[in-house]
Amino acid sequence: MQAKESENKSKRDKSPLIWGLVFGILFGFLLQKGGATKYDVIIGQLLLTDFTVLKIMLSAVLTGMLGIYLMKTLGWVELNPKSGSMGINIIGGLIFGVGFAVLGYCPGTIVGAIGNGYLDALVGGLAGILIGTGIFAALYSRLKTGILKKGDFGNMTLPQLFKVNDWVVVVPVAVLIFLLLIWLERVGL
Amino acid sequence: MELLTEVRWTPYAVGIGIGILSWFSFLISREPISCSTSFARTSGGIERLFRGKKVELKPYYQEIKLVVGWQGMLVLGIVIGSLISALLSGDFHWQWVPSLWASAFGNSPVLRVIGALLGGVCLGLGARWAGGCTSGHGISGTLQLAVSSWISAICFFIGGILMAQFLFKVIG
Repeated sequence: MQAKESENKSKRDKSPLIWGLVFGILFGFLLQKGGATKYDVIIGQLLLTDFTVLKIMLSAVLTGMLGIYLMKTLGWVELNPKSGSMGINIIGGLIFGVGFAVLGYCPGTIVGAIGNGYLDALVGGLAGILIGTGIFAALYSRLKTGILKKGDFGNMTLPQLFKVNDWVVVVPVAVLIFLLLIWLERVGL
Repeated sequence: MELLTEVRWTPYAVGIGIGILSWFSFLISREPISCSTSFARTSGGIERLFRGKKVELKPYYQEIKLVVGWQGMLVLGIVIGSLISALLSGDFHWQWVPSLWASAFGNSPVLRVIGALLGGVCLGLGARWAGGCTSGHGISGTLQLAVSSWISAICFFIGGILMAQFLFKVIG
């Protein structure tokens, strides 16, 4: 699996950089149009008063999942799921969440916020993120053999975990997301 | 053209747009849309300016490599795309303190910058610890139905909701 991962990485590194810029411009444009570059919108989500962020994410996941799994079934694309463990994803996720609430931006939306003119993002948040990633790099060799290994499950997807055909998971997840979005609108959130 | 000058689109139009974007980034670049590795590379690159080449030998930088890659270009593109959108709709403005922050903690830019800095440290550490952020895990990973990404995304929101309640209901 390690060898496959690095093979995938080297294949991907050759992909033209210009496409990264093009996709970034479109992604940034969409994030700004959705209001996701704004502190008030993101904190509104975490305070459960404004569900814009969740609506954007769930409709992106619904659309993306159906297309990606269709293309996977047709043999056009390969999935590239990240490997993980309980120590990686639960602890890392909770630390991230605390930072998310204090900063009010995430790594993607903070660069969008900078494009929107928000100086707290540029001066405070960006510097903080760079320090935080530096701290992780300094701790990495100690974490790697300890807590990051706890409850390792590799780069598994939900269909692999349940040992079923992809669509047995894709269809119910799509229906659930769709119903959740309808419910959010019904209750006026 | 009027669409481009609107300040806000519905979240569904934006989400569907991001979903379609993810098809093409898989198809054309074989890359999921994700952001946080670029911050780690930038951080390592800055450290290298001060401490020299030996920084590259840190085990973590051996793994992610200190280069400007596809994802770095994506992150640069986000700044440009957001700027274009904000300029077209007249939504661009310089701002130090967001209004929701001001309503709880006052108008001081210094306090807000300190808060953003501390939050950023946690966010950067957490993003690398979890191996991804709201885009890499929250959108690109969950749409691939990756187990690691669903666990991470749920924990992002559990941590975020609890901390936001604490900040705004207990302290603010």
